[in-house]
Amino acid sequence: MNTLIDPPKNPITYARVTEDVIRMLDKPSAKWWALFIPTLMFVGLGASCFIYQVTTGLGVAGYRHPVFWGVYITDFVFWVGIAHSGTLISAILFLFRARFRMSIYRIAEGMTVFAVLTAGLFPIIHLGRPWNFLWLIPYPNSRELWVNFKSPLVWDVFAVTTYLTVSSVFFLIGMIPDIAAVRDKVKETPRKIIYTILSFGWKGSNWEWLHYTRAYLFFAALATPLVLSVHSVVSWDFAMGNVPGWHTTIFPPYFVAGAIFSGLAMVITLTIPIRKIFSLEDYITLDNYDGMSKLIILTSCIVGYAYGTEFIMAWYSGSPYEWGQFVYRATGDYALFYWTMVICNCIVPIALWFKKVRRNIKALFIISILINVGMWFERFNIIVISLSHEFDPGAWGVYKISFVEAGITIGSFAWFFMFFLIFVKTLPSISIAEIKETLPVPKKGGH
Amino acid sequence: MNQGVLGIYSYVDLVIDAVHKLKRAGYGDLKVFSPAPNHEIEEAIDLPESPIRFFTLFGGLFGATCGFAFTILTSLAYPIAVSAKPIVSIPPYIVIVFELTILFGALFTFMGLIINSLLRNRAPVTLYDERFTDDKFGIMVVCPRDNIDKVEEILNSTGAEEIKFDKA
Repeated sequence: MNTLIDPPKNPITYARVTEDVIRMLDKPSAKWWALFIPTLMFVGLGASCFIYQVTTGLGVAGYRHPVFWGVYITDFVFWVGIAHSGTLISAILFLFRARFRMSIYRIAEGMTVFAVLTAGLFPIIHLGRPWNFLWLIPYPNSRELWVNFKSPLVWDVFAVTTYLTVSSVFFLIGMIPDIAAVRDKVKETPRKIIYTILSFGWKGSNWEWLHYTRAYLFFAALATPLVLSVHSVVSWDFAMGNVPGWHTTIFPPYFVAGAIFSGLAMVITLTIPIRKIFSLEDYITLDNYDGMSKLIILTSCIVGYAYGTEFIMAWYSGSPYEWGQFVYRATGDYALFYWTMVICNCIVPIALWFKKVRRNIKALFIISILINVGMWFERFNIIVISLSHEFDPGAWGVYKISFVEAGITIGSFAWFFMFFLIFVKTLPSISIAEIKETLPVPKKGGH
Repeated sequence: MNQGVLGIYSYVDLVIDAVHKLKRAGYGDLKVFSPAPNHEIEEAIDLPESPIRFFTLFGGLFGATCGFAFTILTSLAYPIAVSAKPIVSIPPYIVIVFELTILFGALFTFMGLIINSLLRNRAPVTLYDERFTDDKFGIMVVCPRDNIDKVEEILNSTGAEEIKFDKA
């Protein structure tokens, strides 16, 4: 039962929805600045680390034989994964008509766009000569050379740029009617002009709604296979390589489930403070969290099952390199990271089987952060441990995270939160039109 | 000479009633404004299917064609054998084809939306009320100037709270 329909003391009406959402766009409060300024400082930290790395060379990034894909690629996979649940909530749950998505989908979609923006930086940061990143993109050039379309890295470029484009367009289209609502409410001239441009002249006539709802449906139908393809393609960056621990066919579903798992946790981490700061308890309800928690349980089980499958397959393959890799993961130099991952991703989410936990905001906040930590380590384990322990014992080695990598990773989180903080103050972060769609329609004759 | 009349309502059932009455009286050229999509209004007006689906289909097919053409032609333009695979190897190209199908499908859908709903079928600015994105509904009727009184009467009798006229 959706609590939006239960008559509370102060019932949600069409007018109240508009007012409540537009109130979020008021002048930033001291609390907002208190979050925004430190965020900018950490972005600065990341940027300085990057400048140091570019001027000094990739050696400061902790790359040493045999590990040349480290924290940056971990961050890339992590942030692409975070992006996924936004599309899950906005597109897949839209196709399934899941009502609990309504009030959180805009925030989740924004998260998708900002997470892909963050992810897209890492392959470039990871380059020794980042100014040559455009060589990844096929374009006519004087050498008449084209990219190698048989390489998973080129697939990645296509998948991630398509994902960024489609999710940004989806995000902006979904916002058109709401921006029109803001346009019609704000009085100050500069803001009015900006919202008028962004609203594309939306008037809310039945023709516009007809085309809009159709287009939205097609977008959802296109975004659904896209989101499944993106993390599959990212997983092929590894699975196509002949490295023990990477070369396996379970990677695509395993990565997609993990992506949705971590992304849902990030939605919870982000919405809990927003709900509190803007008093959105009537919109983002415990039912929303309950629904998301159930999806977390599902994806946690899939991820846990994949961890088990990896072990079984390594043993059953009869390959000493494959089996050696997995024994090394659980008992070797990085065992602490491995078990952190297992505890955060498989053991902690068991708490969500209990309804009391699913409806307890504090517990959810802690669990969601632990899941994010666990999922970051999952990517780290897959990438770094596999490379540390390949075929030849003489070529084994241990990787240490450098302060430059740590700084850029912290900076990437700040970069993501910076966009998010700007977003909640400039654009309607709850869908006005979709919330209105779930409300009882105002009728004179009763309903 | 035609002129527009706009009636503003607070309740959907009154709007639907008015739409039916206007249609029966022969005023089929109308637009209904609402803060959220509403199936009852859609049924009452009985619009044809949106042509956006053709944009999506065309975009998808165009993207797929581009994907095949791009990968195959560039491979042939500078033939170089990579890891003993054929110069044109379709399976890896399918990934590019898939991504471009989605990309162009989505971009053409966006274009279809802009063309159909934001460029065509736009309501005149004079007959728009800022409350339509908040909590009010509206019906805009375009009728011969001589029939304005009759339209106004129908709008009034169905409970319009305010009536505006096109200045043109």
